[in-house]
Amino acid sequence: MKQEYDVIVVGAGPAGSTCARYAAAQGASVVVLEKDRDVGMPVRCGEAVSNRSLEKIVDIDPRWIAATIKRFRLVSPSGHIVEPDLGGHGYVLERRLFDYDLARLAVEAGAEVHTKSYVDGLLSGADGCHGVTLSWKGERREIRGRIIVGADGVESRVGKWAGIDTTTHLRDMETCAQMTLSNVDLEDDACEFYFGNDTAPMGYLWVFPKGNGMANVGVGISGMASKKRAAIRYLQDFVARRFPGAGVLTTVAGGVPCAITVDTLVKGNVLLIGDAAHQVNPMSGGGITSGMFGGKMAGEAIARALQRDDLSLLQEYPRQWEKDIGAKHGTYHRMKSAVYKFPDETLDDIARSVLALKPEKRTIWGVFRTALRHQPALVWEMVKVFGLGR
Amino acid sequence: MLLIEIKPDTCDFCGCCVGVCPEDAIELQEARISIIEERCTNCAKCVWVCPFEVLLFNKPQKKKAEA
Repeated sequence: MKQEYDVIVVGAGPAGSTCARYAAAQGASVVVLEKDRDVGMPVRCGEAVSNRSLEKIVDIDPRWIAATIKRFRLVSPSGHIVEPDLGGHGYVLERRLFDYDLARLAVEAGAEVHTKSYVDGLLSGADGCHGVTLSWKGERREIRGRIIVGADGVESRVGKWAGIDTTTHLRDMETCAQMTLSNVDLEDDACEFYFGNDTAPMGYLWVFPKGNGMANVGVGISGMASKKRAAIRYLQDFVARRFPGAGVLTTVAGGVPCAITVDTLVKGNVLLIGDAAHQVNPMSGGGITSGMFGGKMAGEAIARALQRDDLSLLQEYPRQWEKDIGAKHGTYHRMKSAVYKFPDETLDDIARSVLALKPEKRTIWGVFRTALRHQPALVWEMVKVFGLGR
Repeated sequence: MLLIEIKPDTCDFCGCCVGVCPEDAIELQEARISIIEERCTNCAKCVWVCPFEVLLFNKPQKKKAEA
């Protein structure tokens, strides 16, 4: 580990590694500091991505794919099953391998990756931030850097140290419990989503196949709902009911910031990407590819800023993020806020109405249009949410 | 006085609590977690959000006696 780099990236998840890869590929000296002893472990994620998003950002290695998803199955509170047309396909990833390979790609592009490197502060002076303090394998260190990237996940502190408010509102924090199950009987090409107040209040429960009789099963509920009952209890109930004979290989906790993007992505020479920047799709809670896009945009902006020795060029990153993804996430966040208010009966009504449609009309948007047409009250709800503010 | 307590050995170190903490009052390493007492305001958001019910809010003794 050197004492000085052009770029210090805190966190070796998909966003951090992708940012490091793009910055290093343009000749920047980059170090990635990961607090854990290994990259990609433990997996705190449902691991599902859409093929189209993933293809755009990385050459897909078949080893990463645990299952290819052709069908989505949405299950309403009283058990109506809607299978909307996906218009594409999805993958359930093996993130242990995926994250590891993204870090490898960063290293191949010239970056250094160090594990067991716990960043606990910024080196700040009157002229801004010029590095980080860390504990490296238990030893105190200081590293200087011209640009600092916070890719430190849902538990991000880099932004806070730089004066950016990255605190997730309780309502927007999806608190998750997830199990990897073996010995389950599932179709290998279908992802299941369960909704309802008794199953996953203000969130959903997922069952994603991973091949070989394995599944990634988890639940995410809003922090507001978690006040009354914790995520793990919903998951335990569901697994006992649905998969009584399953073996539980892992049980992990997690948090997903299902909010709009933080309002400051760049402050001076400090950038935020991925979960740390709340770059998660607030409707689905999916953040793998959107975080990688954030990382790519940031990495490219960093490379340009360094080449031309002009930090104001970093501002290209927030502009591009807002245009390509951020604005859409704003809409999804407003939709989520509306849908969360639906009682179980409304969700069941929507499911019944969609099932009355011709199969070719059962797209995600078909589901939404039907919801609006058959539930006039929803129209008012949507008008309130979209038109008259929060 | 710190009213929040983290149950040892049951934490999964997921960072959910750190994400909602408005005071940057939780220190989380790979497998070590602690509350920074000087910063904590006992707002209990971390307690509510924990997926595994690892955090506890210990009501102050005095108030109990009054009630």
